[in-house]
Amino acid sequence: MDYSQFLGMKQEIGLLVVFLLVFFYDTFLSKKAQNGLATVTCGLFGLFTAYTLLCPSVMADATTFGGMYATSPVIATIKNILNIGVFIVLVQSVKWANSESQTMRRGEFYELLLVTLFGMYLMISARHFLLFVIGLEAASLPLAAMVAFDKNRYESREAAIKYILTAVFSSAVFMMGLSFVYGLSGSLYFNEIASAISVNGEVNVLLVLAIAFVIAGVGFKLSLVPFHLWTADVYQGAPTNVTSYLSVISKGATAFAFLVIMVQVFGAFYSQVWEWMLYALIILTITIGNLFAIRQRNMKRFLAFSSVSQAGYIMLGVIALNATGMASLMYYVLVYIFSNLAAFGVLGAIENNTGKVSMDDYNGLYKTNPRLSLAMMLAMFSLAGIPPFAGFFSKFFIFTGALEQGSIAIYMLVLIALINTIISLYYYLLVVKAMFINDNETPIATFKSHWSERLGLWISVGGILLLGIVSCAYNYILELTQSSNMFAGLL
Amino acid sequence: MIEEIFSNILIYFVVIPVLMLAGLALCKNIKQIRAVALVGSIALMALSVYVLVDYLQLRAAGETAQMLYTDSWQWFGPLNIHLAVGVDGISIAMLLLSAIILFTGTFASWKIDPMPKEFFLWLILLSTGVFGFFISIDLFTMFMFYEVALIPMYLLIGVWGSGKKNYSAMKLTLMLMGGSAFLMLGLIGIYYHSAPEGGQLTWNLVEISQNNAIDRDWQYFLFPMTFVGFGVLGAMFPFHTWSPDGHASAPTAVSMLHAGVLMKLGGYGCFRVAIYLMPEAANDLAWIFLILTGISVVYGAFSACVQTDLKYINAYSSVSHCGLVLFAILMLNTTAMTGAIMQMLSHGLMTALFFALIGMIYGRTHTRDIREMGGLMKIMPFLAVCYVIAGMASLGLPGLSGFVAEMTIFVGSFQHTDMFHRVFTIVACCSIVITAVYILRVVGKLLFGPVQDEHHLQLTDATWWERFSTVSLIICVAAIGCFPGFFSDLISFTFSENIFKVLGIN
Repeated sequence: MDYSQFLGMKQEIGLLVVFLLVFFYDTFLSKKAQNGLATVTCGLFGLFTAYTLLCPSVMADATTFGGMYATSPVIATIKNILNIGVFIVLVQSVKWANSESQTMRRGEFYELLLVTLFGMYLMISARHFLLFVIGLEAASLPLAAMVAFDKNRYESREAAIKYILTAVFSSAVFMMGLSFVYGLSGSLYFNEIASAISVNGEVNVLLVLAIAFVIAGVGFKLSLVPFHLWTADVYQGAPTNVTSYLSVISKGATAFAFLVIMVQVFGAFYSQVWEWMLYALIILTITIGNLFAIRQRNMKRFLAFSSVSQAGYIMLGVIALNATGMASLMYYVLVYIFSNLAAFGVLGAIENNTGKVSMDDYNGLYKTNPRLSLAMMLAMFSLAGIPPFAGFFSKFFIFTGALEQGSIAIYMLVLIALINTIISLYYYLLVVKAMFINDNETPIATFKSHWSERLGLWISVGGILLLGIVSCAYNYILELTQSSNMFAGLL
Repeated sequence: MIEEIFSNILIYFVVIPVLMLAGLALCKNIKQIRAVALVGSIALMALSVYVLVDYLQLRAAGETAQMLYTDSWQWFGPLNIHLAVGVDGISIAMLLLSAIILFTGTFASWKIDPMPKEFFLWLILLSTGVFGFFISIDLFTMFMFYEVALIPMYLLIGVWGSGKKNYSAMKLTLMLMGGSAFLMLGLIGIYYHSAPEGGQLTWNLVEISQNNAIDRDWQYFLFPMTFVGFGVLGAMFPFHTWSPDGHASAPTAVSMLHAGVLMKLGGYGCFRVAIYLMPEAANDLAWIFLILTGISVVYGAFSACVQTDLKYINAYSSVSHCGLVLFAILMLNTTAMTGAIMQMLSHGLMTALFFALIGMIYGRTHTRDIREMGGLMKIMPFLAVCYVIAGMASLGLPGLSGFVAEMTIFVGSFQHTDMFHRVFTIVACCSIVITAVYILRVVGKLLFGPVQDEHHLQLTDATWWERFSTVSLIICVAAIGCFPGFFSDLISFTFSENIFKVLGIN
């Protein structure tokens, strides 16, 4: 057997090396040396991210495990995007991990986090449902442990229970769908399923059910309405760093994997079966996410609902079913990582230093902590899609991608999404209003944040400011997806 | 690439504000802030005057290209998005207007408090958007600058405003952004229909209009999207309700800039995008929007008659005058459109003058209610005389800008011989009379009536910076009124060919 094919999995191997180093460091080094664990993990992961970004051989096409695993420039790029996000999350978590209550367990935190990332890599690269499910589980179950990380806090435990139940339930639904698919096609390879089910182009009930179950199963992970009910509670209960990880990395990876499944497996049934399912889901997700976000006063719940509605926008990249849509989805995830992590960075810094998470506590923040307020404002503007910040570009391009196919139904969908951006602008402005306009007799006192929090924020803010205006990121991604053959033969 | 960009003169309309932003960020005290704002706005004014003179010389030398100083640099290559710039007479007129109002607005906020630095940062960000919008000929860039110009309003009103500022700021922002939601859909739609089957899609205005490839059915869908999108900012009925609240709550310089310049973005966009790119739909659907804008003209004027707050009066008067701009554009002939552009200039200057004066009066009397003031002619004669002049310009006294603009509009509108256009022209004409009613009412009550409040007797007249900003605006208003030919020559070239050839009308 030719083992050299495993070398195609450069990113997975690299991640595994980082994981093992962290693991041995945590297990074998002295107590004193362990105080540096958080910083060392950041450094190692930073090196790994830099390597995957800069080393051209990562971008090569490769398949292994008899075609179960595949990587391509597009896939390597989405993994790189996730890496950048994870790096920011790791940096932001340094202070929290070094805090009194976490010293005994911070090694576990980083190990669990890297394992879930590994799971996401497998989801993205899977070309066989077995590998996909392994990835999905590896990405879900350790997350439940991470959600429960503040185990002395009641909310954290409650959130973990909710999360694990939802995760298991959604996996069950997903696998129900898979069993239908297997029954229809007799295979779990993406390409074999696709050719088996589309051989006579006929739509039967089993296929519709299978697609519905698959969408529902993944919908739980993406917190699409009506599968979003766990989101707010889990986001609120989990430690802030875990919440930010959940909201950007987990969501981004699943969205991309979802796109791959829908295109490669069910692509032939786009207009007959799942365009309408997704159409309805998008409208529901964006609208309900937005409407619920308006009333939230707790910043974590607020960002939870905002992330529900953002997931709806991300799904516009799937319904587009073309290279522009795919590139826009990846770019949207990239920008969303920076914007949301900036918001969570400010939130975490304030929570770590003062313990306050309510929007009312943010009143008058600009007078005492101008820099944090500016970072938060940029994050909000970027999430709302205000130029010249990156969020504007990502929203514009995701709409452009969706409209490329040009049916009047899609125009209506985009119009609804656009009207929803106004609703979302309203509640994002509420935060800006709290910080800049509202008066407060006892505003949050001026504090100096930890270097790690500041570094994380500087990176995120830099991304928000530059990713849009400097066009190379999007151009690069779009050229990659246009040259990939994923959409060949569709539509 | 970078050198190429900086060799184009138009790009400096964006570069100067950006430099101003950087300079402001470094400022330590109010003097430095004023210096930066002043130097920057003078530079912008000098630049726009230079471009104006140079443009006229080029035209005199026989330059016949539709847009001058055009350049295009690739930005998002795979989607064919460019940073494309170019101006014609209309854009130059708008650039000049923006520069003048920014300059006078700087003087009007000479003593802004609190947080002067932040105030000027937002104000300059807003003007970056405005200037960028007027120089762009790429739909994407144009739209980006358009939104850049909108969002600073929220904080400018929310932090430095007065009255029910939170409500007004939110209402204004959401309504304008709501308009831009429709606009975004319209613009992307235009992009996907910008070239004939198989051709290279483009965002470039000039190329789209040359291709003329948007078929009629799509025009029927995209024209209302873009027209309403820009129309919201142009205060078209029934989407005008942000305007009175927003203007009333905004601080002086912001009202000036917003009514004077930002509302022109709406009219300019309606002309440049909606009508210019989709003339057939414009011709077919104009009647719907003529009715709506006709209502804004008359309704705005009537509303102004019953208001007692000076800013509300002027805001409703803006609704009426800006309605007239859109009304004239929809007449789709050269005369009316020339009038529309003149009206934009005239209204921009006049309303900026009004808001500046109202700000100055309010700064002294601390009330804007005309029932609580009177006899200001005796107390502050300079401001009062300026107010009268502004009022005369507004109601269309010959020799001032309003007369020329409205005259041209109505002459152009009356060229249509059918009943519908005639009736609506006559209805719109009535607004002049109503304008006279509310202007004279205010002038009579505020300036000539008995003194209402004893304390007002101790108030002082204008300071040097206030005199400077009002006098420069008055000079501009009078210049348009006295030399209308110059301005109509400047803008008329744009109309000489392009859109009307499609319609076969003139």
